[in-house]
Amino acid sequence: MPLLKNNEFVADHFIEVADDMGLPSAGNVLISSSRITEAAALNLGIGIRLNNTDKVEALVANFPQITLIVLPFPAFSDGRSYSIGRQLRLEGYRGELRAEGNILPDQLQLMLQVGFDSFLVTERFPLAAWQAASQQMSLAYQRGLYRNQETEVWSSRHQGFNAWEEQPHAG
Amino acid sequence: MYRYDEFDAQFVAERTAQFRDQANRRLSGALTEDEFRPLRLMNGLYLQLHAYMLRVAIPYGTFSGKQMHQLAMIADKYDRGYGHFTTRQNIQYNWIKLEDTADILQALADVEMHAIQTSGNCIRNVTTDHWAGAAADEIADPRPVGELIRQWSSLHPEFSYLPRKFKIAITGAPTDRAAVRVHDIGLRLHKNLAGQNGWEVMVGGGQGRTPLIAVTVRDFLPENELIGYLEAIMRVYNLYGRRDNKYKARIKILVHEIGAEKFRAEVEAEYAKHPAQQTQVEEAELARIAKYFAAPDFETLPRMSNRLDMARLANPDFKRWTKNNLAAHFKDGYAIVNISLKPVGGIPGDATSEQMRVMADLAKTYSFDELRVSHAQNIVLPHVKLDDVFAVWQKLSEHDLAAANYGLAGDIIACPGLDYCSLATARAIPIAQAISRKFADVDVQENYGALKINISGCINACGHHHVGHIGILGLDKKGEEYYQITLGGSSSENASIGNILGPGFAAHEVPEAIENILSTYVKLRQGKAEDFLSAYRRLGAKPFKEALYAAA
Amino acid sequence: MSTQEKGQVMTANRLGDGEVVFLTRAGVWSEKIDDAALVQEPLALAAIDARAAQDAKANLITGQYLFDAARVDGRIRADHIRERIRTLGPTVREDLGKQSEGKAGAFAAVEL
Repeated sequence: MPLLKNNEFVADHFIEVADDMGLPSAGNVLISSSRITEAAALNLGIGIRLNNTDKVEALVANFPQITLIVLPFPAFSDGRSYSIGRQLRLEGYRGELRAEGNILPDQLQLMLQVGFDSFLVTERFPLAAWQAASQQMSLAYQRGLYRNQETEVWSSRHQGFNAWEEQPHAG
Repeated sequence: MYRYDEFDAQFVAERTAQFRDQANRRLSGALTEDEFRPLRLMNGLYLQLHAYMLRVAIPYGTFSGKQMHQLAMIADKYDRGYGHFTTRQNIQYNWIKLEDTADILQALADVEMHAIQTSGNCIRNVTTDHWAGAAADEIADPRPVGELIRQWSSLHPEFSYLPRKFKIAITGAPTDRAAVRVHDIGLRLHKNLAGQNGWEVMVGGGQGRTPLIAVTVRDFLPENELIGYLEAIMRVYNLYGRRDNKYKARIKILVHEIGAEKFRAEVEAEYAKHPAQQTQVEEAELARIAKYFAAPDFETLPRMSNRLDMARLANPDFKRWTKNNLAAHFKDGYAIVNISLKPVGGIPGDATSEQMRVMADLAKTYSFDELRVSHAQNIVLPHVKLDDVFAVWQKLSEHDLAAANYGLAGDIIACPGLDYCSLATARAIPIAQAISRKFADVDVQENYGALKINISGCINACGHHHVGHIGILGLDKKGEEYYQITLGGSSSENASIGNILGPGFAAHEVPEAIENILSTYVKLRQGKAEDFLSAYRRLGAKPFKEALYAAA
Repeated sequence: MSTQEKGQVMTANRLGDGEVVFLTRAGVWSEKIDDAALVQEPLALAAIDARAAQDAKANLITGQYLFDAARVDGRIRADHIRERIRTLGPTVREDLGKQSEGKAGAFAAVEL
């Protein structure tokens, strides 16, 4: 499945390692959060797979060690991961945030706005479709979204306040 | 009223282009129906019993003569010459083609309207008091906050795939005409001793399969914290609302399953993580919006109008209509004119394109070019000079818009029901028509006094039957329509869910059953001053049950 | 009294314009209920299911479903009031829908 990042298909540098498998001696691994300490001790690049029922608080202390978090979109009507992704960014996570599952081009921009930066997508749509989809709306009414590619309407109307940097608040 | 700036116009233009692209991809097959469905729903396009139905937003029920003219044009050009005003202050067209929808959205955008999020599992049209900015009893106009919430909720990336639909209602008056206690979030304006605005925040009300009254989670939330606090509520719902069962997915189920205390704690904990520290932008935006809702240039007029009084004396029909259809305006010399879309035997909430044009022109001439639609499916001219009321009524009379039944038994709320809707279990409109004909005599209606008869064609309760003084629910019993009657519902600040009286009735039995109920009320009331709801609350269901069922 | 042939009819909405249509024996979609195939045999039902799914995939129709019906005096009568209304139009606006366009089913929503 293609990995979409920064409007290009890129290679995936992470290897998924199941809980009952041994960790390699080097490289980037995608593991469950229970193995962070183990992986950190080996100086591996750490990626965590979360469920869309996991609580973000449990992971905050580990942010400095994590370079990738993967969140699922099991059905595209299941919007929980939008909130988890946003919470991760509000809590200060700055590593890669990857969306996996049922993703349509029409959802790409929403996911980018809440803080996802990479997407494991189906082969059904060509790259051009994803590129077009990522910038269909040039404006956002909401403040404090992660990505500031869209113009924040309210901030723009009231000069003297900056988008995003002046944050955070729950809104 | 609010006017788009360049940002708003661009937003709607981009959204329209986005939908045009999505519709084209659907027609070409690049998108399957399963993929397209949530996208078209987010633009208000349904597939219904006879055709596609498009639901157009009228934000907080406020619109202009120009916008009403465009709605009339759309009805003529793209539909069958009429539209249906709904219980959420929207308008629906029933005979739409998918191929035309992008063009219709463009026609709406041309007059600063849209169909964004009028369906789908997202935040829907924010509704409010249809007398906002005009009513004599109002604390402050809630519509600037309505507009703020509308913008904030538009294409909100975090909350576009909620467990289920989400409905917000707001009111700025102590008398709640917006049914805030039966919404997912209800907001009610209060002022503290220092004169500052704060909002009572209520969560978890709703109708449908499981009618519930909302619980108050904050008594007085400072206005500048609203957006931040709403985000906390939405996030809790998005994360923890049930997704396993469509009928248990609204926030009301979450609130009542975990309990009000625990729910409040979850919201406060989420809010506390990132409390609204820097709200200058929200405050500045609200102040900017509020300027659009400044009171119009009212003239200084005496409280009484000679012209109005003389016309009343000369014309009994007009006198009766002024008694029932006018409401008190805060400004001397003005009145709120309520146009009933419930002519005798008519389809509640429907208006022909011609009627729409008449109302649009009346608004332009007599009401500062402003109209409202109420959740009771009527139209309001909010600011009419008493001196002009007779001229308005004359025009309304020429176009079957002068039914003098506002707030009475003839002012029935009815959903489209099985005549139009794929979800329905029975028809609602013929029941409304039959009851309307039975009580065609306005003398009879006036004797019954203030009465809300609400009819739903299925358990989804789009006709708001749970909060009708008399509620009627249409069901299917072995392929035949039959109707369950509830009594004692109310959508006011003292909200209540109606109680089922007993076994249901066949369609032809319903009007007589209603008459039976009302005769019982007249017999037992403590004078005409005790209205139906008060009498029911005093007497209980027993005498009405006996009247309906004992005779068998 | 003629014997009632019972079975099921496949209906859908035409994708582009939303018009209600019914699947015929010839495998095309008609706007009139009386042209519809009334199907009983499991194999035939499977066939019309497959045909509807194929036409949905081909972007001709959408929202397809089967409903129970019977042939009465040569005309097709839907068992349920809902589908009878679907073949007519709104009962409260006889000037709208198939009933006003010469495409009506022969049976009223509610028989008196």
